[in-house]
Amino acid sequence: MALLDVVDLTVEFPTRRGVLRALDRVSFSIDAGEILGVVGESGAGKSLTGAAIVGLLERPGRIAGGQILFEGKRIDTLSAEPLRRIRGRRIGMIFQDPLTTLNPLYTIGRQLTETMQTHMRLSDSEARAKAIGWLDRVGIPAAAHRIDAYPHEFSGGQRQRVVIALALCADPVLVIADEPTTALDVSIQAQIITLLKDLTRDHGTAVMLITHDMGVIAETADRVAVMYAGRIAEIGPVAAVIRHPAHPYSDGLMASIPSLEHRVDRLRQIDGAMPRLDAIPNGCRFNPRCPRVFDRCTTEQPELLDAGATRAACWLHAHD
Amino acid sequence: MLTRAWNSDLAYNFRTSPVAVASAALALILLIAATFAPWLAPHNPMDVASLSLMDSFKPPLGMADADWSNPLGTDNQGRDVLSAIMYGMRISLLVGFLSVLFAIVVGIAIGLLAGYAGGITDTMLMRVADVQLTFPSILTALLVDGVISAALPHTMREALQIYVIIFAIGISLWPNFARTVRGSTLVERNKDYVMAARVIGVPSWRIMLSHVLPNVIGPVMVIGTLGLGLAIIAEATLSFLGVGLPPTQPSLGTLIRFGDDFLFSGEWWVTVFPGLTLILMVLAINLLGDWLRDALNPRLR
Amino acid sequence: MFGFIGSRLLQAIPVLLVVGFIAFALFDYVGDPVSILAGQDATAAQRLALSHDLGLDQPFFVQYGRFLWTALHGNFGNSYRVAQPVASLLAERLPATLELAITASVLAFAIGVPMGVYTGIHRDSFLSRLMMAGSLIGVSLPTFLLGILLILAFSVGLGWLPSFGRGPVVHVGSWWTTGFTSWAGIRSLILPAITLGMFQMTLIMRLVRAEMLEVLRTDYIKFARARGLTDRSINFGHALKNTLVPVITIIGLQFGGIVAFSLVTETVFQWPGMGLLLVQSVAVADIPVMSAYLLLIALVFVLINLIVDLLYYAVDPRLRARR
Repeated sequence: MALLDVVDLTVEFPTRRGVLRALDRVSFSIDAGEILGVVGESGAGKSLTGAAIVGLLERPGRIAGGQILFEGKRIDTLSAEPLRRIRGRRIGMIFQDPLTTLNPLYTIGRQLTETMQTHMRLSDSEARAKAIGWLDRVGIPAAAHRIDAYPHEFSGGQRQRVVIALALCADPVLVIADEPTTALDVSIQAQIITLLKDLTRDHGTAVMLITHDMGVIAETADRVAVMYAGRIAEIGPVAAVIRHPAHPYSDGLMASIPSLEHRVDRLRQIDGAMPRLDAIPNGCRFNPRCPRVFDRCTTEQPELLDAGATRAACWLHAHD
Repeated sequence: MLTRAWNSDLAYNFRTSPVAVASAALALILLIAATFAPWLAPHNPMDVASLSLMDSFKPPLGMADADWSNPLGTDNQGRDVLSAIMYGMRISLLVGFLSVLFAIVVGIAIGLLAGYAGGITDTMLMRVADVQLTFPSILTALLVDGVISAALPHTMREALQIYVIIFAIGISLWPNFARTVRGSTLVERNKDYVMAARVIGVPSWRIMLSHVLPNVIGPVMVIGTLGLGLAIIAEATLSFLGVGLPPTQPSLGTLIRFGDDFLFSGEWWVTVFPGLTLILMVLAINLLGDWLRDALNPRLR
Repeated sequence: MFGFIGSRLLQAIPVLLVVGFIAFALFDYVGDPVSILAGQDATAAQRLALSHDLGLDQPFFVQYGRFLWTALHGNFGNSYRVAQPVASLLAERLPATLELAITASVLAFAIGVPMGVYTGIHRDSFLSRLMMAGSLIGVSLPTFLLGILLILAFSVGLGWLPSFGRGPVVHVGSWWTTGFTSWAGIRSLILPAITLGMFQMTLIMRLVRAEMLEVLRTDYIKFARARGLTDRSINFGHALKNTLVPVITIIGLQFGGIVAFSLVTETVFQWPGMGLLLVQSVAVADIPVMSAYLLLIALVFVLINLIVDLLYYAVDPRLRARR
């Protein structure tokens, strides 16, 4: 049984101009201990998926269809209180911008102990000791001293380490990391990713790693889901998707990454842009930009089809 | 072009907001009543000859001894309260509009200057605005009013009083406009199209007027609407305190002051009806201003 | 930290000097002190003598200097209207105004903040909409009108509360008088305090609500929710604390507004405070009182600004870090 099972998840935003469908029947699963990368352009719906799973969609967004099963039980229909108990304790979240994610008026020690004491029975001194332990483990020097410091007294990279500590301190089995390195310097990015990898491997925590950086995915993830315009275009083991992409969009993505081995005169790019939510094309959403488009693509929307090592939502792999 | 305006975001927002429509309707009714008071009012309260002490203190409809010729009752001299209210609204609205207009003109001028010139001019002008803003506007208006009235020779005092009030209230309100305009000017000043104009050699004042000004109109309108409410309340307060308009041109505030004396003897309508009218007027203006502010706020879209 | 206070004080001095200058200019140039003090029948010689006595024939800056000097000693000259020293007039009235202002502020805060928090958390509930509608009326209601309506309802109509004056007062210390010691004194305070505090209260409520809404949208609140913290600790711990920081400082600044608005309330209720004094003075162009009042108010505002700055400094750790 998979740890997290997302089945046909649909998220809609009712607006003045009509109902916009931001996620359209997205399905994937994550097993215990595995790292699933979710990659795609800005606006593809990656962050929305993460938010929807823990019930943190911003108004007026709402889940309009599908199911989210965590450890075999539906969590999309849970009421507020049971859902709250899952958040942090069973499913942790890491957000993108470490400069705004921490409350500037509370010490980081207080934010850590508060999180732990909300979910576990700990005395104040026990909580404080554990907090110092976590700060140590995420690589904050002089943890016992720094525990009473305020967020603004730390650098961006250090704050993100604190955020990771906060996400993991209640010992969740799944962590959703939404663009954890995007706001950081390149030199710090590698450190943070390594930290995340080590910690989750040590605790056997599964990770849903949302990012637009393919390099991070290649280094870190076991499997990867490529999202496009609110749907999953391709999903499969990382090596397979990178080396033998089965969907023309993933193919374009991989090809547009500059390679250290080959010299090229021009970087390959995918023509056009991702469609706006109120102007979604008929049939396959990628068809206006696809170099291998044919008739069926413009009329019928493909589901995820078997394509060898991966599954791709592309009519090229239809076997009928 | 009219269809385009009708379909614009702002108009759509207006049409679908019951509050905006209702308050605009109310404001319109009051405005018409005030503007056309000499023709619409059943009596002319200024005309001393038409008054008769026999009519004094008639109560409003619903109470004993009332009749339709004075639906809201009369005051101690027999003046019809309804008519007095309509004439009073005229003065209140007039003074309010003119004060806000004055504040807008001064505020825009100073704001543009401060924002565009920058440097020491900006700092000094904004310091003055800040200092004035720490004092409540009513206090500023009161002191300016007092000082100027004291400075004028006795004979001219009454005739000029209305201008003094307009000036005083206007002076008390300019910093709000100046600060907003200055802020917008600072933003626009650094934009490419302004730099391009300067490179071509367009004179500064022209850049300010034709480029910066249109971008600033939105927030100015919002503050202007809310400022109108403040100005009307300020005038009413000053008149109520006795340092406002002279009794020959009574505004709603003056009417309320008259009526205050009769509260304890039971003739409450002389003060309450002008009071209610004042509340309705300012409420309508504030509602419109609130709606306008929300409608123009890019973050809420 | 002392550098901080020091720099603030230094900024305050020019403000005071400017206000003092304006106050002095008022005193000296507007109106004609000589004819007012000398009366209409004085001869030219008498006027000249008076002018000399008042030092009006001295150069401008000498007069300004004398004015500042005597002002620093608490001497503001005599009122034109009642021929009493202005300083003692003000001192007499100060306790009345302060008691009223403080009571009104406390009321406004105690009611405004909880209402603001409630409407911020429960945005769309019926009660919230009711409160917001009420607040809109509160802002549209001029203070004096509210006072009149309250008098109409509670004094004339129901006869529960007195409608003017301060009631019996008790002397405390050398010059303070208080109305708090007797039930009758407190009863007289109720209507004026509500009237004065109402505008404040609506302002506070709307401010707190707006801040709460802003704060509840921030990333750190989102993260707090993602960590599974209880609603209670999010709303009343994280959100409220961050809301109150800017709110407290704005409320402090608003206190000045209360002191000034008291002049309207005092007029309506005939409350013997400084505000009523000012109104009476403006009506007859009693310049000494007006200029002394101006100076005093400026001083109060500067003090309040300083206290607010200190409060901000104490509450926000980010400010303390900057050296």
